[in-house]
Amino acid sequence: MIHSLFLINCSGDIFLEKHWKSVVSQSVCDYFFEAQEKAADVENVPPVISTPHHYLISIYRDKLFFVSVIQTEVPPLFDYFGECSEAAIKDNVVIVYELLEEMLDNGFPLATESNILKELIKPPTILRSVVNSITGSSNVGDTLPTGQLSNIPWRRAGVKYTNNEAYFDVVEEIDAIIDKSGATVFAEIQGVIDACIKLSGMPDLSLSFMNPRLLDDVSFHPCIRFKRWESERVLSFIPPDGNFRLISYRVSSQNLVAIPVYVKHSISFKENSSAGRFDITIGPKQNMGKTIEGITVTVHMPKVVLNMNLTPTQGSYTFDPVTKVLTWDVGKITPQKLPSLKGLVNLQSGAPKPEENPSLNIQFRIQQLAISGLKVNRLDMYGEKYKPFKGVKYVTKAGKFQVRT
Amino acid sequence: MLESNKDSAKLDAMKRIVGMIAKGKNASELFPAVVKNVASKNIEIKKLVYVYLVRYAEEQQDLALLSISTFQRALKDPNQLIRASALRVLSSIRVPIIVPIMMLAIKEASADLSPYVRKNAAHAIQKLYSLDPDQKEMLIEVIEKLLKDKSTLVAGSVVMAFEEVCPDRIDLIHKNYRKLCNLLVDVEEWGQVVIIHMLTRYARTQFVSPWKEDDGLEDNEKNFYESDDEQKEKTDQKKKPYTMDPDHRLLIRNTKPLLQSRNAAVVMAVAQLYWHISPKSEAGIISKSLVRLLRSNREVQYIVLQNIATMSIQRKGLFEPYLKSFYVRSTDPTMIKTLKLEILTNLANEANISTLLREFQTYVKSQDKQFAAATIQTIGRCATNISEVTDTCLNGLVCLLSNRDEIVVAESVVVIKKLLQMQPVQHGEIIKHMAKLLDSITVPVARASILWLIGENCERVPVIAPDVLRKMAKSFTNEDDLVKLQILNLAAKLYLTNSKQTKLLTQYILNLGKYDQNYDIRDRTRFIRQLIVPNEKSGALSKYAKKIFLAQKPAPLLESPFKDRDHFQLGTLSHTLNTKATGYLELSNWPEVAPDPSVRDVEVVELAKELIPAGKAKKENPAKKFYSESEEEEESSDSSSDSESESGSESGEEGDSSEDSSEDSSSEQDSESGSESKGENKRTAKRNSKIKEESDSEDGEKENEKSKTSNSSNAESSSIEESSSDSESESESESEIESESRKVTKEREKKTKQDRNPLAKDISLLDLDDFNPVSTPVALPTPALSPSLIADLEGLNLSTSSSVISVSTPVFVPMKTHVLLHRMSGKGLAAHYFFPRQPCIFGDKMVSVQITLNNTTDQKIANIHIGEKKLPIGMQIHVFNPIESLEPEGSITVSMGIDFCDSTQTASFQLCTKDDCFNVNIQPPVGELLLPVAMSEKDFKKEQGMLTGMNETSTVIITAPQNFTPSVILQKVVNVANVGVVPSGQDNIHRFAAKTVHSGSLMLLTVELKEGSTAQLIINTEKTVIGSVLLRELKPVLSQG
Repeated sequence: MIHSLFLINCSGDIFLEKHWKSVVSQSVCDYFFEAQEKAADVENVPPVISTPHHYLISIYRDKLFFVSVIQTEVPPLFDYFGECSEAAIKDNVVIVYELLEEMLDNGFPLATESNILKELIKPPTILRSVVNSITGSSNVGDTLPTGQLSNIPWRRAGVKYTNNEAYFDVVEEIDAIIDKSGATVFAEIQGVIDACIKLSGMPDLSLSFMNPRLLDDVSFHPCIRFKRWESERVLSFIPPDGNFRLISYRVSSQNLVAIPVYVKHSISFKENSSAGRFDITIGPKQNMGKTIEGITVTVHMPKVVLNMNLTPTQGSYTFDPVTKVLTWDVGKITPQKLPSLKGLVNLQSGAPKPEENPSLNIQFRIQQLAISGLKVNRLDMYGEKYKPFKGVKYVTKAGKFQVRT
Repeated sequence: MLESNKDSAKLDAMKRIVGMIAKGKNASELFPAVVKNVASKNIEIKKLVYVYLVRYAEEQQDLALLSISTFQRALKDPNQLIRASALRVLSSIRVPIIVPIMMLAIKEASADLSPYVRKNAAHAIQKLYSLDPDQKEMLIEVIEKLLKDKSTLVAGSVVMAFEEVCPDRIDLIHKNYRKLCNLLVDVEEWGQVVIIHMLTRYARTQFVSPWKEDDGLEDNEKNFYESDDEQKEKTDQKKKPYTMDPDHRLLIRNTKPLLQSRNAAVVMAVAQLYWHISPKSEAGIISKSLVRLLRSNREVQYIVLQNIATMSIQRKGLFEPYLKSFYVRSTDPTMIKTLKLEILTNLANEANISTLLREFQTYVKSQDKQFAAATIQTIGRCATNISEVTDTCLNGLVCLLSNRDEIVVAESVVVIKKLLQMQPVQHGEIIKHMAKLLDSITVPVARASILWLIGENCERVPVIAPDVLRKMAKSFTNEDDLVKLQILNLAAKLYLTNSKQTKLLTQYILNLGKYDQNYDIRDRTRFIRQLIVPNEKSGALSKYAKKIFLAQKPAPLLESPFKDRDHFQLGTLSHTLNTKATGYLELSNWPEVAPDPSVRDVEVVELAKELIPAGKAKKENPAKKFYSESEEEEESSDSSSDSESESGSESGEEGDSSEDSSEDSSSEQDSESGSESKGENKRTAKRNSKIKEESDSEDGEKENEKSKTSNSSNAESSSIEESSSDSESESESESEIESESRKVTKEREKKTKQDRNPLAKDISLLDLDDFNPVSTPVALPTPALSPSLIADLEGLNLSTSSSVISVSTPVFVPMKTHVLLHRMSGKGLAAHYFFPRQPCIFGDKMVSVQITLNNTTDQKIANIHIGEKKLPIGMQIHVFNPIESLEPEGSITVSMGIDFCDSTQTASFQLCTKDDCFNVNIQPPVGELLLPVAMSEKDFKKEQGMLTGMNETSTVIITAPQNFTPSVILQKVVNVANVGVVPSGQDNIHRFAAKTVHSGSLMLLTVELKEGSTAQLIINTEKTVIGSVLLRELKPVLSQG
C-alpha cells in the first residue's frame, strides 16, 4: 500500500518524510514538481502521476501537498487529515510522526478514528506539558485504548464530564448555478449535522426529525444504527466523544429550492478602449423573515483587467491585481437599502476585450433557518441517568453558489 | 544526551533525532547510541527508538540484531499494546537474518488472546512476505487460521494479507465467505474496502452472472440450469426466471448499507461491487451515492468522476436523473471540468440535448481555453451521436470560427472537419469560409485540417482550391511538418483533378519537398512523385493514383476516451491510469457454471478442512460402502434426537424468534445446498421429506451428521488405500491435524445422546453468533480442534516458553433459568434470567445475562427499564434498552451485561415499569463467571505446574462406577461450569480449562479416576475463593448418581 509519504509546502520544500517500507529517496518528488510546474494553478496538479517505478498520489489540503508513493495496485484510499497548517506540523514533528506511525502499518491504514488516536497519543496542551515536566510522565498512553477492541470503536471508555451537554448544528448549504437572466440552472441543498457531544458514560441517543422524508441521500457516521433508520427513520447511536459529523445528507434537486438572494448585475467591457463598467446589486428574496448575513462576493476577473475603481454603498472591497480576484465583503442586507458596488474597470490597453463576463461566487449565511425545512423533533437518551443539556442550531449557508453573468 | 541517566534528557535527544529523520537528514551514525535505549522503561522513548530502528535497521543489520532480544521479551509483555508494537517493529525492520524469528513471532501472535495483537500479526504477514517470499507456504497457513477469526478487528487486516500473499487461493475463502459478509458492516472502514474488493473477485469466480441474456449468456443458460438441482427445468428450456444464489444475494444485501458510509473509499468500493456483480436492475442505487461524493475534495471528485465516466458509457440511464449535478462550475479545476464534460457527453440524448447545448454555449465562452476547446470537441461528439442536432451544432461551430481566440477556432476547425467528413452533403459555403480563415489561423493542426478538407472536396470548390495551393506554395518552407504533408496531399489531389492549372505548382512543391529537412516529408514527396507524375518506369500504379488519393474515406468515429477502460475493474489504480499497474488482478469473467455452492456451507469448524475432499469422496464407490455402514448408527442417533429433542427444540424456537431475516436465509440455504449436493443419495431423499416437517435444528443436525459420516468414511478410506489419498493437496502437517481431529470426532460420536442434542444446533447458528449475542445454546467442538492444531504448531516452535490460550466457544449451555421476578410479586410482570454463556458484547469483563420478561396481566405494561442499581464496589451493569410496551401475554427477551468482578456477590437493581419499581437481584452461580478456554494438554500441565500450593484445592469424590464414564463426567462438569474440554491422553484423567471473565485468570480443573469408585477433583487457580466455591459445587454433583 502506501510506501512513503512526503509533506511538501507550497514553495516546494519537502519538510517531512516518512517511510513504511524501505526508503525511497526524495528524488521521486521531482516528478511531482515537474507536474506541478506544468500546471499553472495549484488546483490543477493531477492527483495521480505515474513514474517509471512508482505511482505518486497527491492530495492538496491547506496549502500542503501530501504526496504518497506506492508501487503496486491499490484501491484508491482517501486519507483524511484534519485542518493542519505547515507551522503546526513543524512545531509538532514528533507527534505527527507518532501519529502517522499509529495510523498506518506497512502503509495500510490501521486506526484513523481520531478518538482512538487521541487516547494513544494525547494531544499536547499547555497544562499537560507543565504537568509532564514536573512529574516526568509522558503523553504517550501505555494501554491500548479500550475502544479499539470493543464493538464501539469510536467511543473512549470512562468519559466523565461535570456538565453533560449535547449540541447539534444543522448546517445546510445551497449549491446553485444561476444563469444570466436570473433563472436557476441548477440548485440543490447539501446538509450536514455536526454534533458536539460531551456526555459521561455510555449514552445511547436517538434523534428524530419532524420531516425525515426530506432527506434524499444520507451518509452516516459509523455509530448510527442503520436498521433503525431504515425502519423508523430515527437516528439511534452511541455517540463518539467530542465533535464529529453525525450525518450528511442531500435534499434532492427535484424539490424546488428557495434561493434566498438575487443579484442584479451589469458588467460590460467597451471595445477598443481600456475601460469597462461594473455594477452589481444584491437583494433578498424569500428569506423567511430572517436576516441574511455575512455576504461576500468573489469574482475572478479576466486576465486583461488591470485594476478596478469601485464604490460600494455598503461594506468594503479589495482587488488583488496579481490573482485578479475581486472580493466584496458586504455584511448584512437591509431591505430598505440594497447594497451595490459600482465603478470602472481598467483594462490592459491594446488587448482584445474579454468575450465572457466573469461569474460571481456568493457566500452568505442565514442563522436559525434550515432552508430545506428540516427540523429536529426530539432527542432522547438512554443508558445513563443524568439529564443532559440539549441544543440544536440551524444555519443555512451558500455552498457553491455561482451566478453567471 | 542519549547516555544520560535522565529520561527527560533522553527523550529530548530522541525527539531531535526523529526530527532529523523527518526532514530527511541522515542520522545513521547515531545508531549504536540509540539502540542501547531500546530497552528503556519509558514508553515514549521506546516508541521513538522504534521509529528510528525501523528507519535505519536495514542499513546497519548487525547492530540491529542487538535489539532483537528486547523485542522477543516485549512480545511476552502482559500489555497487549507493547506486544503489538514490538511485533510491528520486529516485522518492520527488514533484516533477512531474522526471518525465522519473525515467522515464530507471527505464529505466536496469531494465536494471541488480544485481537489487536492478532491484527498486527496479520499486518506482519505482508511485511514478512515482501522480505522473504519463500515463506509463502507457512504464511498461508497462518492466514488460513486468522481467516477463521471472528473478531471484526482482525478481518480487514487478514484479508489484506490474503490479497498480498496468495490472492489466487480462493479456496481459503469458501469457509469464511458468509462470516465475512455478515461481519462486513462492523469491520473498520479501511478493512471494508479491502474485503469488498476481495469479495468482488470472489463473487465473479463463484457465482453465475445475474445479468440478462442479452449479455451473450444464452448459450450458458442451459448449462447453468443443468447444474441446478431442479431437473424439471431441463424439459422446458424456455426462459426461466433467474434464481440468484442466496450467497450472492447475501453479499449484495450486506454491502448495501455501506453505500451510506462517510468514507469515500468504502462507497467507491461498494459501487464497483454493485457494478460488477449485482443484477443490472439493482445497480441503480449506487448512482445516488456516487453523486454525493462529488461534493468532497478534488481528488475524490477526480477518481469518482472517472469511474462515473466509464459507467455512463455503458449505462446511460444510471446517471441521467443527476445530469445537472455534472454541470461545470467556473471554479472547478480543469481536470474535473473535462471529466464532467465527458460525462455530460455520455449522457446526452435526444431529450436533453437542447438543454445541454445551451449549457455548452456557456462553457465555450469560458476563460479556461483548454476547457473551451474540450467543450468544442464535446459538441462535435454530441453532433455525431445525435443526428437531429448535427446541423445546429455545425452552425454553432461555424459561428465559433469568428472567435478571437486561436485555440478555440483551431479546435472548431478540427471538429468541423470531422463532422463534414461524415456528411457527404454539400457544404461548400463552410469550406469557402474556412479557406479564407487559412490566412489568419496559425495553429498547425487547424491549418492542416483545412487543407485536407479542401483537398478532399477540391472538385466542389474548383476556384478556390488552386488559389489556396498557390498561397501555400509560397509559404511552404515556413510551415509546420504536419501542414507540409497536407500541402503535398493537396497538391497531389489537385494535380489529379485539375492538372491544367496546377501542374507547375505541384512540380514546384514537390521540388521543395524533396530537399526538406524532415525525412518523412522527403519520403512522401518521393512517393507522390512516383505515383502521379507519369514516366516510363512507373506503369501500373499511376493508373490507379486517382483512386488511391480520392477514395471515399470512412468517417472517423468520435469516441469517448473512456471507451476502452471498462475492462479494468472500477475503482482501481489501473483504471485511473488506463494502464495495467503492477499487482493488478484481472477480474475474471463470470463462470459458465456455478461452482458447487456447498463449499461455502459452514460446517462444524473442525471439519472445515475435510469437507472438500469429503464432497468428492461422495461420488466414489468406496464412500458408498461406508455410508451404508454408518447408516445404522445414524438412524439410531436420529431417532434419539427426535425423542429427546425437547430442550433442543425449545431453544430452537427461541433462537428463531431472535434471529433476523438474514440468518433465516442463510440457514435456509444450508438445507437447500445440503439437499442439492446429495441429490443422488436415496437415503437423503427419504430424509428430505422428513426434514420439511422438522425444525431448523434438525436441519443443522443432518448437516452435521452427514459431514461426520463422510468424514469417518474418509478417514477409513485413506487408511485402507493410502495410495488413492483423495485429491488433497495439503501438507503433511495438515493431514496430521486432520487425523487427530478425526479421532476426536469419533470420540465425540461415542458420547451420550444428550451431548448430541445441543450439538445439533450449531450449523444454523455458527456464522450468526457474532452479531446475535442472544443466541440459543451453542455447542461447538472447537476446543477439540484448536488444541491439536496448537500442539502441532508448537512442535514447530523453537522456543517453548509460549503458552497459547484462546477463548473458545462453550461446550454446553444449560437451559436452566432462574427466577428474577415472580409474577405475583411483580404485579403480573414475570422475569426469568439465564446465562447464555456467550462472550458479552457490552464489555470484555462482563457476563452476559439474558432476561425474559413475560406479561401475565391483561393490560399492556409500558416502559420497562432498569432503575436504581445497588451494586458492590467495582461491579458494573450494562442495562438493556428500555422496552416501550409489552402486550398482554407477550414475552420479550433482552440481554444485558454484568461485571461481577469475579465474585459471587449479588447484583441488585430495580426493575421498573411505568408505574412500579421492583427490587430484584441476580446472584451468579460460580460456574458462570468463567469463559471456556482451549488449550493443549501440554500447556495445561505447564500452567498447572505454575499454580500449585496455595492455588490448588482438591477433594475426593466417592460414587458408583457408572458415574465415571467420560461422557457422564463431561456432562456433569459442563452443566455446572462454563469450561472448555482439554483433550487428554489418559483415559482416567479428564481435564477442563477456563478463565475468569473479569480478571482473565486461569481456572484448571482435573478429575482423576482412582481405584474403585473414588476420584480426585483438583482445581488450580489464582482465584482461590472462586476455586473453592466451584469445588464445593462440583463435589455433590459428581458424587450423586
